Amino acid sequence: MSVYQFLYILAAAGFILGLKWMSSPATSRRGVLTAEAGMLVAIIGTLLRGDIVNYETIGIAIVLGAIIGAPIAIFMPMTGVPQRTAISQACGALASALIGTAEYYKLKPHGFTMGALIVETLLGFLTVTASVMAWGKLQEVLPGRPVTYKGQFFVNMGVLVSAIVIGVMIVLNPERSELYPWFVALALTFGVFLILPIGGADMPTVIALLNSYAGLSSCAMGFALNNKLLIIAGALDGSSGFILSVIMCRAMNRSFANVLFGGFGQVQVSAGGQEARPVRSASAEEAAQILETAGSVVIIPGYGMAVAQAQHKIRELADALTKKGVDVRFAIHPVAGRMPGHMNVLLAEADVSYDKLIEMEDINPEMAMTDVVLIVGANDIVNPAAETDPGSPIAGMPILAAYKARTVMVIKRSMGVGFAGIDNDLYYRPNTIMLFGDAKAFASSLVKELAAA
Amino acid sequence: MLAAFLGFELIRKVSPLLHTPLMSLTNAIASISVVGAIILSGEKDASTLSRVLGFIAIVSATVNLVSGYMITDRMLKMFKKREPSGK
Repeated sequence: MSVYQFLYILAAAGFILGLKWMSSPATSRRGVLTAEAGMLVAIIGTLLRGDIVNYETIGIAIVLGAIIGAPIAIFMPMTGVPQRTAISQACGALASALIGTAEYYKLKPHGFTMGALIVETLLGFLTVTASVMAWGKLQEVLPGRPVTYKGQFFVNMGVLVSAIVIGVMIVLNPERSELYPWFVALALTFGVFLILPIGGADMPTVIALLNSYAGLSSCAMGFALNNKLLIIAGALDGSSGFILSVIMCRAMNRSFANVLFGGFGQVQVSAGGQEARPVRSASAEEAAQILETAGSVVIIPGYGMAVAQAQHKIRELADALTKKGVDVRFAIHPVAGRMPGHMNVLLAEADVSYDKLIEMEDINPEMAMTDVVLIVGANDIVNPAAETDPGSPIAGMPILAAYKARTVMVIKRSMGVGFAGIDNDLYYRPNTIMLFGDAKAFASSLVKELAAA
Repeated sequence: MLAAFLGFELIRKVSPLLHTPLMSLTNAIASISVVGAIILSGEKDASTLSRVLGFIAIVSATVNLVSGYMITDRMLKMFKKREPSGK
C-alpha cells in the first residue's frame, strides 16, 4: 500500500468521525476540525501521488479559491446562511461537472466509466443552475413565489428525459462528442426548470436535495476515476443530503414528487368567499402585562423573525421575562425558516442557550400547560387547519400546537397569508391576540415596557 | 454502499438543532472533488483543455471548501450553553 492510499483511508476516517461528532453540540466543533483535517490529508495525499507535476498551477488555484472563499464565510450574516449554502453548492457542483467534462474529452472512455461520467456531469450541471436559481430566490433577486404554468410537469420531464437519452447515446458511443454540448445544455436547463415551481417554504427541502445531488456527483466521479476516497466522501454527502430532505418532507407531510413538481398557492380560491372576521389586537403595553404575569411562555420563531433580524431583540425579551421569573422556552418547527435548522442558528447567534430550544415533538404535549405562546413571524407551522381541515393544502402537516395554549400572541406585520397562501384560523380564535408591527420593533417596545413595569 | 449506509446511520443521530451546520459541513465535504481536479490538471500529459477546466474546478472547489468549513465553525462557536450564573 502506498503512502497516498494510506492517507486516503485516514481522510475517510476523518470525515466519518467528523460527522459522528456532529451529532451533539458539545462535540460538534471537534467534528468540524476532524473533517477539516481529513480534507487536508486528502489533498496532501493526492499531491504526493507522484504523477502530479503541475504544482504551481494547483497552488495558484487553491490560493485563489481560498481568497474568494474566506471572506464569504467571514462576512456573511447569519440570516444569509441559506444563500451561502446554495451558492457554495453551485461552486462544488461546478467543479465536479467540469472535471467530468475534461475527463470525457480526454479519455472518451467506454462502458462503465463512461456511464459514471455521464451521471457525474448530469448531476453536476443540473445542481449548478438549480443552486444558482435557489440562491436567486433566497436572495430575492428572483421572485420567491413558485412559477407554474400548464404542462410544466411535462416540459420538465421532457427536458430531463432528453438529457438522459442523449446521455445514454453518448455512453453507447463515446466518439460522438458533438452530442456532448447538447447534453450539458439540457442538464443546465433542467436545473433551472427544477427550481422555477419551487417557492420559499420548500427551500429547506430543495437545498438538502441539491446537497445530496452534489454528493452523488462526487461519488460518481469516484467511480469514473476509480478513486475510493471520492466514492466514500460523495456517498456520505449524498446520503446525508438525502436523509435531510426526507426529514424535511416528513415535517411537511408531503412527498418528494409533491415538493418538486407541486408548487403551492393554486388552491386558495375556495377561501376567497369568506368575509373579514373580527380579530383581537393589543398594544405593546397590554401585551407586556400579559407576558409578565404568565408563568410559562413559549416563543415560536418563524421566517418573519429572520427577515426582521429580530433574533437579538427576541433574546432580550426572553431575558427580561426570565429575570421576572417567567419560564421562557423556544419551540422550533423542523421546517421553520429557509433551510434545515435555520432558526436554531439565528437564535444561537443571538446567544440563546441551546437547551432552551425545544423540538416540536417534545414541546407539543406541554402546550396545553403553557400560559402564553408568542409567535414571531411564523404562520403555516402553527395553522390548526393542518389538523382540522382535510381540504387544506397543508392538511396532515405536523404543526406546533400553539392553539392549545391559554393565550396566543402573534407578532405579525399584517393579516396577510403565509407562504402556503392560506388563511390562518388561529388568528380568529378567542384566545388569540394579534400584535401588529415589525417583529424587531415590537419586540423592543415589549422589552421597554417590561423594564418600565 | 457501505459509506452510504454509514452516512444514513450517522445523520439520523444528528439532532435537528444542528441541521444547518451539518448541511454546510457535508457541503464542504462535497468539495472532495478538489482531489479529482488536482489529479486531472496535474498530470504530466494533461491537455490544455483539462488544465483550464481543472484550474477552474480547483478554484471553485476550494471556494466551497474554505467557506464551508469556516462558516460551519463560526456557527458552532455560537452554540454554547450559557452558564446558569449568566455572563
